[in-house]
Amino acid sequence: MLVLAGIAVIAMGFLLRFNPMLVVVVSALVTGLAAGLDPVRILATFGKAFNDSRYVSAIYIVLPVIGVLERYGLQARARALIGRMRGVTAGRLLVGYLLFRQLFAALGLTSVAGHPQTVRPLVAPMAEAAAEVQAGGVGEAEHVKAMAAATDNVGLFFGEDIFLAIGSILLMKGVLQGYGIELEPFQLSVWAIPTAVAAFLIHGARLLLLDRQLARRRQSAA
Amino acid sequence: MIGLNFVYAVAGAAFAGFALLAVVERPRRLANASFYALIATSFWFGDRLGDVGNGLLVLALVAVAASGRMTRGHASGDLPRPRGNGLFVPALMIPAAALAGTIAFKQLPTLIDPKQATLVALTVGVLAAIATCLAWLRPGLTAPLREGRRLMDDVGWAAVLPQMLASLGAVFALSGVGEVVGRLAAYAIPSGSLFGAVAAYGLGMALFTMVMGNAFAAFPVMAAAIGVPILLHGTGGGGVGNAAPIAAIGMLAGFCGTLMTPMAANFNLVPAALLELRDRSGVIRAQVPTALPLLAFNILLLYAVLR
Repeated sequence: MLVLAGIAVIAMGFLLRFNPMLVVVVSALVTGLAAGLDPVRILATFGKAFNDSRYVSAIYIVLPVIGVLERYGLQARARALIGRMRGVTAGRLLVGYLLFRQLFAALGLTSVAGHPQTVRPLVAPMAEAAAEVQAGGVGEAEHVKAMAAATDNVGLFFGEDIFLAIGSILLMKGVLQGYGIELEPFQLSVWAIPTAVAAFLIHGARLLLLDRQLARRRQSAA
Repeated sequence: MIGLNFVYAVAGAAFAGFALLAVVERPRRLANASFYALIATSFWFGDRLGDVGNGLLVLALVAVAASGRMTRGHASGDLPRPRGNGLFVPALMIPAAALAGTIAFKQLPTLIDPKQATLVALTVGVLAAIATCLAWLRPGLTAPLREGRRLMDDVGWAAVLPQMLASLGAVFALSGVGEVVGRLAAYAIPSGSLFGAVAAYGLGMALFTMVMGNAFAAFPVMAAAIGVPILLHGTGGGGVGNAAPIAAIGMLAGFCGTLMTPMAANFNLVPAALLELRDRSGVIRAQVPTALPLLAFNILLLYAVLR
């Protein structure tokens, strides 16, 4: 029972707004001590896992490219491109991006897009530009940008599990193997399809509602 | 063989550059500089530091982050002459290279580690895009690092939170947290109720994912607690034939939790910083109305399959 103290540390740490980095280390220490591990063993376990998961942080190498292109007006170009297209709305643009993200993630191409690579330099400014036209200049930028980031996440999460060799599929296969159940990745990945369709319908509907919200903004402003 | 070693060499160089600039440029930012220097050390020398050495490196990162001295981005100087649609070319080079390389590098398994083909290809794409920018825009050799550092300062310590949570998961696993949660969950389910068991499994996946910031950490726990003993062998009586939907839909219920937690920093907090949202939880707020109905869908779907 005592080992659950680490979970309480995380919950409390967040509620009391301590630095999350600090909360995570304290939680690891409390959990390990409660399980009777000695502090050096806890430190070594933590350090090894940190070193093994460095690939998660490698994505930041795209920032120098994005930074330079933005200095020369990439975001402004993205906005101008959308401004010239007729009939493009923030909602429809994001529905298109949702479909693109789900399909590519389903093919295992998860790093093709993402928040640093595509959302910040391209998708968010494009959606913002379209929304500005729709709402007649009334500011909804915060909400539209947040929806752009949300669309990337939904597309990634509910597309990637259709791919056979993604980490979560391999993890499930490994865990079930431990119970003596042998499954092929294909058997698992077909079961990701119904939820992928539901995610597209639910989030897509919300994006089209966003268009109606923006139009209402324009009417109430006029 | 070219694999993660190449990716880490480039990533280490980028962070070493960020660190150097944070010392050299005014205003000097020593906290940011030490944070980046530690990350560069991890990328370059992590494999030689040993487990305890890496643990100490993590403690140093936490000390810098918790000191509250790291400062966020700053406006860059005057904008140079803006350019036209050609700016899309280097931006799209990165995803294009990742796509082409993923396919092409699989044909060269002796030269390039096939498991890391996408990351290697992405890194090649980044280097090619930087070379293109330097040759075309002539912004000066240090410009990519300067502009990259500006964006990195915005992200701040949240950059390594996902790595921290993965490591916390390792400590949880070693301490047997999963078994304890499993025993508790077994008490909470009304006996004989298939819907109760399915709902507890789906909600448990989502809740545990919210705490750990990662569905990967939640899955072994909930599989041991409810998935295998109750849904597979117990009340559900689904039998081994239903192992695939139980596992796959459970994992997706966990992903719904990922959409609703600040612990999933790289998906929820980092984008809020990158997009300069005033509300740090703006992305989470935008996701909850999608996550909740989708979670309900997953629970009902699994119930329908097992019934």
